[in-house]
Amino acid sequence: MAIDMELEEVLRAPEVPQAKYPPKVITLANSKKMVVREVQREDVPVLLKAVRPTINVERDYYDIVGVRLYAELLGWYRYRVRNEYCLIGQVDGYLVGIVNGRMLNEKIGISLHTLAIDRGLRVGSHLFASKMEHHIEYLGQEEVRIVAESPIGFRRWMIEYGLELLPDVQHELGGATAYRLTKQIYYDTKPRLVVGKRPVPKTLLDEAMQEIKIADEKTITEKIAGVKGR
Amino acid sequence: MMRDVAIIGVGMIPFGRRDEDTLLDMLAYASLKALDDAGLGEKGVDAVYVANMGAGILQHQTSIASALVDRLSLLPAAADVVENGPASGASAIKNGLLAVASGYYDLVLVAGGEKMREVTGWKATDFVATMTHPEVEYPYGITLPGMAGMFTRLYMEKYGVTREMLVAVAIKNQQMGTLNPYAHVEMAITKEGIMDTPDAVVNNPTAADPLHLYDMCPVSDGAAAVVLCSLETAKKIATKTPVLIAGFGQATDTHTLQERDDPTNLKAVSLASQQAFEMAKLKPGDIDVAELHDAFTILEIAESEHVGFFKKGEGGKAVLEGKTKLNGQIPINMSGGLKARGHPVGATGVAQVVEITFQLRHELDKTRQVKNAKNGFTINFGGFGNNIVSFVLRRFES
Repeated sequence: MAIDMELEEVLRAPEVPQAKYPPKVITLANSKKMVVREVQREDVPVLLKAVRPTINVERDYYDIVGVRLYAELLGWYRYRVRNEYCLIGQVDGYLVGIVNGRMLNEKIGISLHTLAIDRGLRVGSHLFASKMEHHIEYLGQEEVRIVAESPIGFRRWMIEYGLELLPDVQHELGGATAYRLTKQIYYDTKPRLVVGKRPVPKTLLDEAMQEIKIADEKTITEKIAGVKGR
Repeated sequence: MMRDVAIIGVGMIPFGRRDEDTLLDMLAYASLKALDDAGLGEKGVDAVYVANMGAGILQHQTSIASALVDRLSLLPAAADVVENGPASGASAIKNGLLAVASGYYDLVLVAGGEKMREVTGWKATDFVATMTHPEVEYPYGITLPGMAGMFTRLYMEKYGVTREMLVAVAIKNQQMGTLNPYAHVEMAITKEGIMDTPDAVVNNPTAADPLHLYDMCPVSDGAAAVVLCSLETAKKIATKTPVLIAGFGQATDTHTLQERDDPTNLKAVSLASQQAFEMAKLKPGDIDVAELHDAFTILEIAESEHVGFFKKGEGGKAVLEGKTKLNGQIPINMSGGLKARGHPVGATGVAQVVEITFQLRHELDKTRQVKNAKNGFTINFGGFGNNIVSFVLRRFES
C-alpha cells in the first residue's frame, strides 16, 4: 500500500513516550514456561494471523473480542491509535494469548482486550494481570479503566479484583458499564493475582524473541471452541 | 428367584462442552452406540430408563424418556426418567437391573445424560445446590464445593490427609484423562505447576478452602448408555463378552451434614459397598479396577477408605505411594474419573459402568487397561453422601 508521508503527518496520532514492559516468565499448571513480553508495532501482522480465526468464533464472545482486538492492533500498526501497547504470552515460542491497552493520558490507562488462545491454563488471567502490572508499575498510572464484554471477563476482572464501579464514565469501548482498577486495588490484589519472575532466562527469552509462532487456523479454533474447550 | 443380569452393550460420547448438541441429541448418540455395541440390529428393547438430574431446570424440558424412545424409534417400549441427583446414573441402572432380574423385562436400555454448559458456572453450581436441604442449607448459600471444603478440613484434621495427597489425586486423574478419548479434560498438570511454584497462587487458586481449583471436577455436557439383559439371553445374543452385574448396593444418609454424628463418616458409602460385595460374594481385595466418584479430590481418598480398599487414614498415603495407579494395588479412576472425564451429573453413574465394562472386556489401550481385569467396582455419590449406589461387575467367562 502506497503511503503519502506528507498526509501521514496529519493522520497519525501523536504519541507520548511509554515505559517498556520488562519481560517475565510464569510457570503454568502443566509446568510449561510462559514468557510474557511486550511486542513492537512491526510484530502486528503476525499477531493478526492468530486473531483472525477468532473473529468467527461465537463461543464466549470470542467474536466480538477478536474483531475488536483485530481492529485495535491494525489501528496501532497503521498509527491510528494513540499510545497503544500490546503484551503477548508465548509457550515454546507459540503465541498463547494477547492483551492490549493504551494510555488515555499520563494518569489514566485504558484496558482494551484480553484474548487467550490456549484455554484452561489461566493464560488470560496471567496476561490481564500483566497488563495491570504494566499500567500501574511501569507506566506509572493512577488507575486503569476497564469494561467486560463476556461473563468470563466479568468474573475474572470485576469480581476477582474487586474493581470500583465508574457509573458516570463512558469507556471508549462503548456503553458497557465501566470499572476501574486503582493503585490501591492493584497492590491489595497483587499477592494473589500478579505473578512471574524476572529476568527471563536467556534461552527462554531468545526462543520467544526469535519468532512468534502461530498455530494453524484449525488448531486455534479447536483450542477455543472444540468439545474439550473450556 | 431373581435372574442374573448382564451388560451386553455400552456407548458413550466424548464429554466436554457440546454447544451444538441438545440433551436429547447426546442421549440418542450414546444410546445408539450402546444398541450397536449390543448387536441388537432391528430388535427393540422392552424398557428405557433415562438418568437425568436437571433438564427441567436447565433446559426447561421434562419427560425426556418419552422423547428419547420416540427419537430412537423404540416405541412402544416403557420409558421412565430416574432422578437421584448426581447418583441418577447408577440409580437408573439399578432400576433396569431390577426390572430384568425380576423377569418382567428382558432387554433394557439405560441412558444417562446432562447438558450443563449452556448456563454459566454460577448457575450450574446453583443448580447442583438444589439438592441441599431447602430450609437449613440452600437458603444460607451452601454449595457442593462449600460442603466439600468443610468435609476436607475435617478429614485433614482427623485422618492427616495433606495437600500433597489431594494434589496427587488431581495429577493422576488428569494424566489418565489425557489417555481417554471420552475425557473432558485432556490436560496433564504437575505438582510444580499447581502447588510448588509461587505462580500456583494464580494457576490453582483457592476455591473452597482448603480445596483449590484443581481439586474440583469440571462442569460438563455428556451422555452414556448401557444395554442390560438376562444372563441367559446374553449367552444367546451377545456379540461381545458379557459383563455380569454381580452385586449392587444402595444406602442413604441424613439430608443435612449437620445431623451426622461424624460428618467424616460416609456411612452410606460403606453400607452400599458392603451390600454390593455381599451380593457378589467378593471382598474389596478381589476388585481389580474401580471407578470412584471424585467430584472433589478428597472424595476419591475418602471413598477408597469407606469402600474398604484401604484402612481409614491410609487412602491418601496409598495415592502418594502409587497404589491407585495402573498396575498398583487397586487402580482407581483409570478413566480420569469425574475430575478429568467430566461430570455431567445424570451421565456419571452410567459412564462409570461403561468404563468398567471396557476394562472387563479388555478393550482399552494398554496405557489404561488393567491387565486381566475380572472384577470391577463403582461408587456413584448422590447429594453430599446421602444417597449412594454401588456396583460390583464381573467379566463373564462361560
